[in-house]
Amino acid sequence: MANILIDNVSYSVDGSKNVLATSLSLGLNLPYFCWHPALHSVGACRQCAILKYKNAEDKKGKIVMACLEPITDQLRISIEAPEARQFRAGNIEALMTNHPHDCPVCDEGGECHLQDMTVMTGHNCRRYEFKKRTHGNQYLGPFVNHEMNRCIQCYRCVRFYKDYAGGKDLDVFSSHDEVYFGRQEEGALESEFSGNLVEVCPTGVFTDKTLKKHFTRKWDLTDAPSICHQCGVGCNIIASERYGSIRRILTRYNGDVNGYFLCDRGRFGYEYVNSPGRISAPARKQNASSWILSAEEAIADIKKILGASNKKRGIGSPRASLESNFLLRRLVGPDHFYAGIPRAEGKLLRRIVALLKNGKVKTPSLGEVKDYDAVFIIGEDVTNTAPMLALNLRQTARKGPVELVKAMHIPEWNDAAVKDIVQGTTGPFYIATPHTTALDEIATRTYRAHPDDIARIAYTVAQHIQTPLPVADAHPTENPSSSAEAGRTASPRSDIETMTKSIADALLTAKKPLIVSGTSLYSQPILDCAAGIASALKDKGKDPGLVFIVPEANSIGLAMLSDQFLEDAFEKAGPDDTEEEPAEPDEATLIILENDLYERTYKTQADLFLSRHKNIVVLDSLENPTTRQATHLLPAATFTEADGTIINNEGRAQRFYQVYIPDNGVRSSWKWLQGLLADQSPIATRHFDGILECLVLEFPELAAIATLAPAAGFREGTQKIPREPHRYSGRTAMHANVNVNEPQPSGDADSALSFTMEGYAGIPPPALTPFYWSPGWNSVQAINKYQIEVGGPLHGGNPGKRLFEPVAAQLSVIPSAESSPAASPQAIPPSFTPVPGQWLVLPLYHIFGSDPLSAQSPAIKERMPQPYIALNDTNAAGAGILEGHFVEVLLNGQKQRLPVKLNAGLPPGTAGLPKGLPATTGLPFPFSITINSALHD
Amino acid sequence: MEQPLTRHIKKDGSWLTLKEYEAVGGYQGLKKALTLTPAEVTKTVTDAGLKGRGGAGFPTGSKWSTVPMGPDAPAIKYFIANADEMEPGSFKDRLLLEGNPHQLIEGLLIGAWAIQARFSFIFLRWAYHQAAKAIAECIREAYEAGYLGAHIAGSDFHLDLSLHTSVGRYICGEETALLNALEGKRANPRSKPPYPTVHGLFGKPTIVNNVETLCNVPLILTGGADWFIKLSKTGEGGTKLYGASGRVKKPGLWELPLGTALREILEEHAGGMKDGYRFKGVLPGGGSTDFLTDEHLDTPMDYKSVSAAGSRLGTGTLIVLDDKTCPVGMVRNLEQFFARESCGWCTPCREGLPWTTKLLDSLEKGTGKMEDLDILTFQTHYMAPGNTFCALAPGAMEPLQSALKLFKADFDRHIHEHKCPWNNHG
Repeated sequence: MANILIDNVSYSVDGSKNVLATSLSLGLNLPYFCWHPALHSVGACRQCAILKYKNAEDKKGKIVMACLEPITDQLRISIEAPEARQFRAGNIEALMTNHPHDCPVCDEGGECHLQDMTVMTGHNCRRYEFKKRTHGNQYLGPFVNHEMNRCIQCYRCVRFYKDYAGGKDLDVFSSHDEVYFGRQEEGALESEFSGNLVEVCPTGVFTDKTLKKHFTRKWDLTDAPSICHQCGVGCNIIASERYGSIRRILTRYNGDVNGYFLCDRGRFGYEYVNSPGRISAPARKQNASSWILSAEEAIADIKKILGASNKKRGIGSPRASLESNFLLRRLVGPDHFYAGIPRAEGKLLRRIVALLKNGKVKTPSLGEVKDYDAVFIIGEDVTNTAPMLALNLRQTARKGPVELVKAMHIPEWNDAAVKDIVQGTTGPFYIATPHTTALDEIATRTYRAHPDDIARIAYTVAQHIQTPLPVADAHPTENPSSSAEAGRTASPRSDIETMTKSIADALLTAKKPLIVSGTSLYSQPILDCAAGIASALKDKGKDPGLVFIVPEANSIGLAMLSDQFLEDAFEKAGPDDTEEEPAEPDEATLIILENDLYERTYKTQADLFLSRHKNIVVLDSLENPTTRQATHLLPAATFTEADGTIINNEGRAQRFYQVYIPDNGVRSSWKWLQGLLADQSPIATRHFDGILECLVLEFPELAAIATLAPAAGFREGTQKIPREPHRYSGRTAMHANVNVNEPQPSGDADSALSFTMEGYAGIPPPALTPFYWSPGWNSVQAINKYQIEVGGPLHGGNPGKRLFEPVAAQLSVIPSAESSPAASPQAIPPSFTPVPGQWLVLPLYHIFGSDPLSAQSPAIKERMPQPYIALNDTNAAGAGILEGHFVEVLLNGQKQRLPVKLNAGLPPGTAGLPKGLPATTGLPFPFSITINSALHD
Repeated sequence: MEQPLTRHIKKDGSWLTLKEYEAVGGYQGLKKALTLTPAEVTKTVTDAGLKGRGGAGFPTGSKWSTVPMGPDAPAIKYFIANADEMEPGSFKDRLLLEGNPHQLIEGLLIGAWAIQARFSFIFLRWAYHQAAKAIAECIREAYEAGYLGAHIAGSDFHLDLSLHTSVGRYICGEETALLNALEGKRANPRSKPPYPTVHGLFGKPTIVNNVETLCNVPLILTGGADWFIKLSKTGEGGTKLYGASGRVKKPGLWELPLGTALREILEEHAGGMKDGYRFKGVLPGGGSTDFLTDEHLDTPMDYKSVSAAGSRLGTGTLIVLDDKTCPVGMVRNLEQFFARESCGWCTPCREGLPWTTKLLDSLEKGTGKMEDLDILTFQTHYMAPGNTFCALAPGAMEPLQSALKLFKADFDRHIHEHKCPWNNHG
């Protein structure tokens, strides 16, 4: 702590920060551009100038930059001194010499940090009378628009893009007043995090291209606090609507989760919500005909069927909320509720839940990941399976070197100084995956192997850490045939011994080693060995972390609701034998919640299963092969039209809120299911909080979800929290073509938010914060005012609740030689031996494409790969197959012609197919295929 | 008058070969240094009072003594010669580089020994082609003779030296921008602290010294600190290369005792003003120093005295302004240079200098207004030392702020007459 004087007012403050961050945390308005709470200080823009006095006698003071000035005890500064104010206004005036006066037509107008800072400094009269410099703009792909004339050269874009996110294709060119921020040549920005430029840029150089397609000013948007549904990480977002369509996604700051950033799948993958392919009305379908029904008709109709059915089966979904899954389970009964995922995935998720519940190692939040100082990634292509985790792991990699710099009394916030000293060095960072990944470039060492051998490596590392060794010999054995064919990838045993030892040593040397693993290779031994390493480190007195990556937004929540999976449903429906189809489907009614079975299993299997049900009720938002087979179709809300709770990979339960009320038949799934429950259960008439109550009663371990946010009855004083800013315009006019009367705003019985601009105007509870705004702060940087200290927790605490904390005693994690039930560790598999003539196909994940919903967003579609097959290059060469050749493979019963990409990283005998593309949907990885030879044409 | 720095430089434009340099006592300073401890070498240089000849005038020995030494110091350290001479009006290092590169190499070697550096670079201005040839050849000779590489002169001292030819940006002469350029990054200056002496090139301890500074080092080692101090007239130590350009009878470069009076340089060595021209003012140390006028002609040209007169010794190369040259035009020309050479990192320099240039341009075109002078004055405060990231823009403001004071009437005439009264340039 330090006592300082700002404009003769005394404050007691944290001595580890700089003067700018401290002033902002104190609520003082000091303008800035190049400083960013996550990117720290470089002193480029000179906007945060203040006067610093030597001592009490010094009346003159000296101009210094607040962002580069450390807090020291008895520091005396002035923000308001005329000299400082004049300098800051002059600096804005200088910036404005080249900034176009195009605010009215600029996408940033109304939420522009430059506008806010200009007003703050008081500069308003232009003395500059010469021509402004102009630049050409570049096409930067489907996500980000470029308008370089507006640039004020704060360098934040390149500092985020290159230094923070590891991007390669955005840079600063030229010099003096012609510096240019862009790509070497036009083209889509390659970084998975390019969309953050939209928020990092203090003005309108980089703007959201998807918003531009249907532009709306910030003040005209209806916003709601939401959670990203595009992967299992659960980033906090603000989703915004106007005229019945979602216009954009912004970061909703949560220091425990995604902080200030989002990945591009999360930011731009929302467009499917506005798809013309949305199911908008309930329908009954028979043969090729379909009838639109009213909601009441549809509910009555389905209730009649349910009453007549002798069997009901419900298929839940990892992309549906806990509430929706729970009500389906209630409707069909626990015995007939199946988590809508394959058993192979379900068992892994159950295992992860067991490890979260009973493990002794902490699973850090996404935000906490940055605090670790050594990393071992086991079997995950993190950039594609949990992009924001990859972004934070890049910061983790810098942790060790930055700690060294701090030891030299250079504060971590002095980013320019830190970078000059660190010079791109990274801390211990190890990656074991079957193929090259984007994070390889920061890795100390990478290891490429089949999933079984990755598990064995991880096991050996655990053995090195844990003494005495529990199992004598589990080293991957050399494979003579494969090493003869591909000596490059097969490592001699002594190499493996050295590598595993060095990994173990590095993890033991670190204070806080972090182990990252997940479900993407469908290998339980990998999960177990990851947990084994973490727990061995804990035993050695370390403070380790263990992060599991899961595939979907609510994978963990779903796995907690059921231990029955798709195969269980298939088996119950009838013998798995296509030859002997029953003459008549049984009277069973199948209810499928937000799930396309054809994504989850082979087409033949899905066809057979569906054919065994006379009535198929499908609740979903977009048409897909499953909805096409429905007898009853109910239009389900996406995350933007529903309230709900999901649980992320950390075991953090988080609430998302409906953004707007659609003017068609769309309802949240849980509301439909509630309707179907009517007359049977008191739950049918309850609002959202009532459903939570019932859920918690049945699943006491989920008790925290009832306390994630204030209940619907919550009021600030007497007021609800408005979803619309007080400057929202057009309410009286926007529907005038329909009715000149101003309609009464819709009520919201399910939450403390209202669908209006009227209501509480202050800072609401963090879980209910729909947008950031503060007087004088119209841009996203108004977030400063919502935080206890800038870059720190929100007033009221970061939202979301962790359901699991480490326990002292834990279940066994180190795998043994005997195989055992799914709740306990599996045996270590033998080393992988390629079968001649066969290729073992592993899944390759793509941030753009592997998530089927976001893949239906136009902007994301432009960035998706075309279907391809990746082959180990040596094996391919042996078969006479070269890069770019086409091969024919039998996938899902269909012959497909795919171009070949050679991949030196893939282990011998393996191939890779992109996961989740239309051409590869429903494939149960890993599986074997044969390839005869290249097709010649 | 002793001219230890330049007396061996040949008049025919060729450089001293290794043999020729050794014949006049070359590399004796190095041999002497290798018999001393690094700390003793640094002390000798400190005692001699040698100050940086690149413009800032920082004491060389003090700089060296901030480098981490001893067993815990980083194993890799760097020693760099800043030969990126791009200060407007300066051409002093060029003489040393083209005429006697071995003297510089010897200085580098001694400095490298003093801080125990392992690698060394000469960062050379792009346009100095002749110097590049000379240096490359001398480095080759020095390697062959065992003055560079492993076990230098039979000792346990190793140093590798490379020549780096820059791409011609003024900002590369700023020592931290030079480091970035050498690392292959944008030549933006770095944040200080940390200072390069602790975290410099590739994050390792690094000394960057000006060419003239380093060429003095072998002389100090052989002649001793006392001898060196006595070379100067005013006790700041050594000789100085003074130059003069502009409408003087004999523009040129002379090695004179440090502290030689401005008048002596102008009138005796440069031969006074050309016939028909009258002295109006002078930039005493290159383009980024304040004007001095008649009243300052008796100022001794050393660091302290020129500062006291309101300017800086800088590089010690005078740019003389005569009565038939427009002072506004001269300043405009300088500001145009500085605006172009801004790296574009900090706002005042990047945006302020072009605005300044445009205002001066409009004065020259006769479209200036009285308010423009207020803006120009504001700019000189806006870009004052400490307000910008490095010293480029404050340096650029020095000729402008002094011209606004000393030649105010000339600025006013441009506005009242709606044209440049000299009108002898475009």
